[in-house]
Amino acid sequence: MLLELEARPTASRRMRVLSPLAAVALTLLASLLLFAALGKEPLAAFRVFFLNPLRDVHALTELLLKATPLMLIATGLAVGYRANVWNIGAEGQFIMGAVAATGVALAAGDGGAWTWVAMLLAGACGGGAWAAVPALLRTRWRANEILVTLMMVYIAQFVASWLVHGPWKNPEGFNFPQTRLFADGSLLPILVEGTRLNAALPLALATLLVAYVFLERSFHGYQMQVAGEAGAAARYAGYSASRAVWIGMLAGGAMAGVAGVAEVAGPMGQLTESIASGYGFAAIIVAFVGRLHPLGICLASLLMALLFLGGEQAQQFINLPSSISKVFQGMLLFFLLGADLFIGYRLRFARAANPGRLSWKT
Amino acid sequence: MATLHDSRPGAPRLALRGIRKVYPAVVANDGIDLAVMPGQIHAVLGENGAGKSTLMKIIYGVTQPSEGEIAWEGRSVRVTSPAHARGLGIGMVFQHFVLFDTLTVVENVALSLPGNPDLADLARRIRAVSERYGLPVDPCRLAHGLSVGERQRVEIIRCLLQNPKLLIMDEPTSVLTPQAVRTLFTTLRQLAAEGCSILYISHKLDEIRELCHTATVLRGGKVTGTCVPADESLASMARLMIGKELPRCERGAADGTGEVRLAVRGLSQATADPFGVALRDIRLEVRSGEILGIAGVSGNGQQELLYALSGEAPLADAAAIRLCGTAAGRLTPGRRRALGLCFVPEERLGRGAVPHMSLARNGLLTAYGSGLLRFGMIRLRAMHELARHCIERYDVKCGGPDAQARSLSGGNLQKFIVGREILQCPRVLIVAQPTWGVDVGAAAFIRQALLDLRATGTAILVISEELDELFEITDRIAVIAGGRLSPATPTAQTSLEEVGMRMSGVWPEPRPAIDEPEPDPDDGPCPPAGELEPWARRHATGKGHSHAA
Repeated sequence: MLLELEARPTASRRMRVLSPLAAVALTLLASLLLFAALGKEPLAAFRVFFLNPLRDVHALTELLLKATPLMLIATGLAVGYRANVWNIGAEGQFIMGAVAATGVALAAGDGGAWTWVAMLLAGACGGGAWAAVPALLRTRWRANEILVTLMMVYIAQFVASWLVHGPWKNPEGFNFPQTRLFADGSLLPILVEGTRLNAALPLALATLLVAYVFLERSFHGYQMQVAGEAGAAARYAGYSASRAVWIGMLAGGAMAGVAGVAEVAGPMGQLTESIASGYGFAAIIVAFVGRLHPLGICLASLLMALLFLGGEQAQQFINLPSSISKVFQGMLLFFLLGADLFIGYRLRFARAANPGRLSWKT
Repeated sequence: MATLHDSRPGAPRLALRGIRKVYPAVVANDGIDLAVMPGQIHAVLGENGAGKSTLMKIIYGVTQPSEGEIAWEGRSVRVTSPAHARGLGIGMVFQHFVLFDTLTVVENVALSLPGNPDLADLARRIRAVSERYGLPVDPCRLAHGLSVGERQRVEIIRCLLQNPKLLIMDEPTSVLTPQAVRTLFTTLRQLAAEGCSILYISHKLDEIRELCHTATVLRGGKVTGTCVPADESLASMARLMIGKELPRCERGAADGTGEVRLAVRGLSQATADPFGVALRDIRLEVRSGEILGIAGVSGNGQQELLYALSGEAPLADAAAIRLCGTAAGRLTPGRRRALGLCFVPEERLGRGAVPHMSLARNGLLTAYGSGLLRFGMIRLRAMHELARHCIERYDVKCGGPDAQARSLSGGNLQKFIVGREILQCPRVLIVAQPTWGVDVGAAAFIRQALLDLRATGTAILVISEELDELFEITDRIAVIAGGRLSPATPTAQTSLEEVGMRMSGVWPEPRPAIDEPEPDPDDGPCPPAGELEPWARRHATGKGHSHAA
């Protein structure tokens, strides 16, 4: 008996849906092995990591709170990824969105109950502007946007760091690298009293809907996807390739910027040095686990939020390093890419006695 | 001619028994038997998709059969790789040549030989072979300056240097002028007379009748017959190949009095691509209700002309192209489309259609103006309806409007693209290689669709390498060579020979037309192109280029 990998005549639709589910199942399975290897009782650790964050209403609102920025960023990124625009610098755009919003909040001081609206706009512009640089470099001089967006993450981190250590440092903050706490008008309205869940969640859900309409129903979205997938066809039909790059980059940047606002004007209430904490990179995984489709992204962001919170729980209750959630993120992506192979291929059992056939070779 | 009928005694040089090749979606070869005798020119005849290429890949060791046996000179072998095949004495000349443009001929040949041959010695051997078989090629020239016919000669010489006992030629004449075809046939006959067997793959019946001693006909992966081509008629061979009579197109007479819809005057454009062709002073007119054909060996400026006409490479001079009276030289493809221009490009997958998108969405690609949009949103139902209509009307065999473009065969995708463009009721339609790689039945269907469109008054420009096709459907024929376009002649008043001459860049001085009184200032003796370009210009020695007419 020989195992043989055989190309499918057409890509399997069923596997496209099943593959993320298989990746989740395999990640959960592997987590048991990992807990055992770390000397913890696997089932107990599993319960702390994966079930604790779902135990009651308050825990669920925390999950939604954590999922919101992921949902926002991943949706914006998916718009670009559908057009083969590889923005991997959402982390930096997130930071610049947060910085821009903080600027508005600090300027407004205590005045204005609606400052948070201006902050959202400023955040979108900040993130968008940070993404516009690689878009310009790509469309003008064909600079690779993967490299440029990634490098701009580090610039953004240093800008934020400089601001909180320097001009924006809270004078009454015992020299901690952080700004003043924002006034009430500069914080997003709370949805459920007594929790931290805020108005960013409905905003994220609305974004999902808009993205769905844009990608699946609008002619602009269609043109952009044609330009991304087949440049020659776009040129033949008269669609602009550089517009596709601009839309893709700006969507990703603006949404990451809004996510940054949701963080500073939400649970943080101020700008700190470690504002981004990996949301921008985790959202890349969310976008792919969600199959670059708004509905999938909605589910995937909840899953990723669970991994984040699970890591915190594991640190608190069973004394595991919180970076274990990064291990799970990595495993999830690893299993997803593996399972995706079966969208285009299938396994077959072949009789070894068949002379004319080479396994794996062809 | 056919003095070498396969009556030689002895074992066949190559014998295939029950060859079967299964791919996941299709059975490409199914129980194929074939025997090639020494010194025999053996045709393998079949439509696209009949399994000819797969069979040749099996013989040449590119792929392995799922079942069946190959016997080489009486001994059963398993050809594991092309190198192994060459070791056995099997050479193959591919349809698409694989030469490095920046290397010389001798360097290109050296790359395919084992070891590290001495270039000076190799150049001598190349000269010897090229003289012996009438294949003139200068070993020191760079490959990018070679015409397509010369490239083919290099490929043949490359094979001959290894003294093959079997030479496989894959559709060798598809890129040649009629004159170059004659030269090739002389060479092949000489090779056969010396005992080399030749497997000649083609779908051109008249060539096979003229050249080949015997023919094996494939259809749908199976052998449907073996015949002596000289004893058969074209119709009887066509029946074996496609299983029915060769379809003919019906056409009405041209009146030639329609308004000028597409007018090109003095279109010149340099090329940014070092291996591209600069366009020089192109003039043409296409009237409502006529089909103008442009013949020519590929790589003589067809691509560049099409890019200029479609707007994918806009011109600096707006007036060089007039579309229904509007100066269109600088307009984008979208603006030209709005003026009534539709265009079927040569590459179907990736340019004419987006591979991973459904047919419905591929319909939207250019037909968005046909009521498929509302407030910038796609009308999904109308989009599906258009695709369904196109599929039905143009007999596209596919899984429906949701099938991905890449899942269709080349011929069916071409029918869909042609249908999509025709359904937009164009005022001007430009079609590049309408039936390239399309099977005989679909090709006749597409030609008929073009003729029907002509009857409704559309001005149609067809650029094709298939001369038979141009003679069948066009009203006038012009020839492109070396970036220049010959004046158009009424198809009924010209001949294959005359068009063939023009394909090598030689045509009479254009008589000043009534609406173009100014004489061309720089029209010296026409620079030769195609077969003659550019070597003949540099070394006017006359050695070679024996256009055995």
